[in-house]
Amino acid sequence: MQIIVNGTAHEVDVEDDMPLLWVLRDELGITGVKYGCGIAQCGACTVHLDGQAVRSCQVDISDVGNQEVTTIEGLGTPEALHAVQAAWIKHQVAQCGYCQSGQIMQAASMLDLNPEPTDEEIDVIMSGNLCRCGTYPRIREAIRSAAATLREA
Amino acid sequence: MGRLRTIGRRSFLIGSAAVMGGVAFGTYTVQRPHENPLLGDLKPGEAALTPFVKITGDGIILIAPHVELGQGVHSMQTLLIAEEMDLDWGQFSVEPGEPAPAYYNTALSEDILPFMPTNNSFQVETARNAAGSLVKVLGVQATGGSSATPDSYEKLRVAGAVARETLKKAASRRSGVHVHQLKTAHGAVQLPDGTEIRYTELAADAAAIKPVHLVHLRDPADWRLIGKPLERLDIVAKSTGTQDYGIDLRLDGMVHAAVKVNPRQGGGLNSYDASAAEKMRGVSKVLPVTGGIAVIADNTWRAFQAADAVDCDWGPAPYPAEMDGHWQAVAESFTPDRLDSEWRHDGDVDAALEQADVIEAEYRAPYVAHAPLEPLSALVLVTDTHADIWVSHQLPRFAEEKVAAIAGIEIENVRLHNQFGGGSFGHRLEFDNVILGTEIAVQMKHTPVKLTYSREEDFAHDYPRQIGMSRSRGAVKDGHVDTWDLAIATVSAATSQAGRLGQPVPGPDGQIVAGAWNMSYDVPNLRVTAYRVPELAPTSSWRSVGASTAGFFAEAFLDELIHAAGADPMEERLRLVNHPATRKVLEAVAEMSNWGSDLGENRGRGLAMVDSFGVPVAEVVEVTNTDAGLRIDKVFVAADVGRIIDPVNFDNQVKGAVIWGLGHAMNCEITFADGMAEQSNYHAHEAMRLYQCPEIEVRGLENAHKIRGIGEPPVPPAAPALANAIFAATGLRLREMPFNKFIDFV
Ligand code: FES
Ligand code: FES
Repeated sequence: MQIIVNGTAHEVDVEDDMPLLWVLRDELGITGVKYGCGIAQCGACTVHLDGQAVRSCQVDISDVGNQEVTTIEGLGTPEALHAVQAAWIKHQVAQCGYCQSGQIMQAASMLDLNPEPTDEEIDVIMSGNLCRCGTYPRIREAIRSAAATLREA
Repeated sequence: MGRLRTIGRRSFLIGSAAVMGGVAFGTYTVQRPHENPLLGDLKPGEAALTPFVKITGDGIILIAPHVELGQGVHSMQTLLIAEEMDLDWGQFSVEPGEPAPAYYNTALSEDILPFMPTNNSFQVETARNAAGSLVKVLGVQATGGSSATPDSYEKLRVAGAVARETLKKAASRRSGVHVHQLKTAHGAVQLPDGTEIRYTELAADAAAIKPVHLVHLRDPADWRLIGKPLERLDIVAKSTGTQDYGIDLRLDGMVHAAVKVNPRQGGGLNSYDASAAEKMRGVSKVLPVTGGIAVIADNTWRAFQAADAVDCDWGPAPYPAEMDGHWQAVAESFTPDRLDSEWRHDGDVDAALEQADVIEAEYRAPYVAHAPLEPLSALVLVTDTHADIWVSHQLPRFAEEKVAAIAGIEIENVRLHNQFGGGSFGHRLEFDNVILGTEIAVQMKHTPVKLTYSREEDFAHDYPRQIGMSRSRGAVKDGHVDTWDLAIATVSAATSQAGRLGQPVPGPDGQIVAGAWNMSYDVPNLRVTAYRVPELAPTSSWRSVGASTAGFFAEAFLDELIHAAGADPMEERLRLVNHPATRKVLEAVAEMSNWGSDLGENRGRGLAMVDSFGVPVAEVVEVTNTDAGLRIDKVFVAADVGRIIDPVNFDNQVKGAVIWGLGHAMNCEITFADGMAEQSNYHAHEAMRLYQCPEIEVRGLENAHKIRGIGEPPVPPAAPALANAIFAATGLRLREMPFNKFIDFV
């Protein structure tokens, strides 16, 4: 079957029920997307399907169809950062960094749908993403600052 | 030397007085520097001026010998070198140190001796240096115990200064200008006439001369980098998905492996049926490994699925199958034959208690998992003569020894490539992934094998924090705390860990009472006693180690005594505190939190102060008791590490440690049923999520005499400060973690 990841079409030959996460990581070698729990508890595997954040460990590859998959690599690059990534760098959010691809993808999707989230909305939407290092205070700051940047843009 | 080496290796792990046995040997050996491991790999025209600095025609490479687990150690270590070398931030690349004796960690020994970390008398300094010398001889390149900063602070600045002066000497020879007339800036030597010679142009010259060893360190007033906020070196990679972790690596021809090992930790495998798994798509074989099986497949998910499909008949657990048995063993350990240490006895506790109304309480702390977000992995390639392993590990030399022993290959031919870790919190001090990965690779020589743990497998084999209890008896007099007999019984995580390294642990385990026996309070009658519970389920060091349990036992009961005395928790601690830097952290949180002001209905604040790893940390937690449950509103933290090298990382580490301490106290424990951990994934061991995260205000002080690390010390006060706040808001005394057994959190 065919899937479109970060604008490129890929042919993959896998079981229908293989999670998108493992197709990306092991079949396509796109490793910015992370495995943390496999059961929708941590959010490390968050990618966008047609711009909406989903847990790629919960999406069967056969359900992806024509939807565009975007991973952190497709959101922005070190040379051309997405506003959320720029805010993450400015606020020095990452410690080990392992959760941050998922945090950034979740935050980018939230701000896309809701450019002015309240503190409560941020709390609710970001609470599916675990950070074992405890970077939550900086995640909140970075989201507020990215939201401001995006509104000005 | 052979014999001394054996003794030394053993002594390193003891965490106690037997380290003293190492004092006598070889000042000569100790002073002789270890071989520079960079020399072997140099090409013509490249210079390795110290084990930490390598210069080629193209660039400058600084070596950060500790493993980067999120604590920011690569930035901190290179910052110290760059400061003295006059390099601009970002004017160099970073490489992890290959396991080598030159990268020994001398700070790890500081807290394994039974002296108060705040006591810097002459004898204590001498003894600490003895232990440091011992570690140097052993060549232990360990990451842990909040030791990276004290280990690096002087050593790496000296390394930078040696490099700078050697480059100046090379420039002097080339230009004929006297070395005293030369300056350095921005990665170049500057001549009096304004011309510059780049360090990279001097590499070949510098390689040909003897390094200058008599160097002066910069006056702190002249520092450009130390103490200033900097962008950590890995921040862009970690914000763009371009940072590779151990789990992300690939080699040509690599296969994927998953393991399924007896979840009754240390139990055996009676038999297994892999017939269904072997037929699954992508599966090439199922192999036996110690205590279980491994599946080899062409994809991680297929390996996981197939491992699930193998039917295993497990042997029994070598410890009580149910929790009752664990708690019973702890409760029965407060006996003279289990006495481990009594390092603190001020006044006369027994006499004082005889004449007083005694206040008593028992506290409990459960097993808790480390569960870093990146599950364990190991990529291993074994040939007939060599073995390579790519893994994130805190004890790389010991890991190489494990690989060598299993593969039957000389240690010189084993190479560990240390990887960025997606967190550790002590988890990457263990060897299961190294051992099992090597066992598989040995059965598949010449094929690179990447073993990835499923989250469930990782939880089942987490080697959690020590389980323990305390029994306190105390008394108050004239409105003050007067007498306190604090007895703590836990299993010894150090003994459990050392056992897996094949090392005995003579002498007491200071971690059982860490953060408690050394409390900086002058209670007129005070005794702190440690009892060692016989080994139960295997345990290991968990962020802040012994102080995470002993600190809770001590500071929560102290609050009970202060309450009984009718005193104010802050005022009474300030009255009792006997150490100037520690007093200052208390005064700081008092001021930050506006201690004593009215918080309003249903609200409360709690205070705790614990001194661990030589760092006094005081925390005030504010909570509100709402209709839906308890909310943690705000935390104020003050900590004194002597000197803050990187204020941004300091702030990030403190907040992370507070969140770690609070989150696990709220809702995490590992319990055993039928010998297996009942918590298999984050849904059952959640810790803090973003919506529960309080605002955290941090203040770093620099009054302490010695420089210390901050990764762990803010953990221990968090749980007791929360318990004390809950009492203040609700009148409910919580004496057992996790607290959500007794109260709901919103
Ligand atoms: S790996 Fe998908 S949510 Fe954790
Ligand atoms: S930065 Fe380590 S898990 Fe979030």
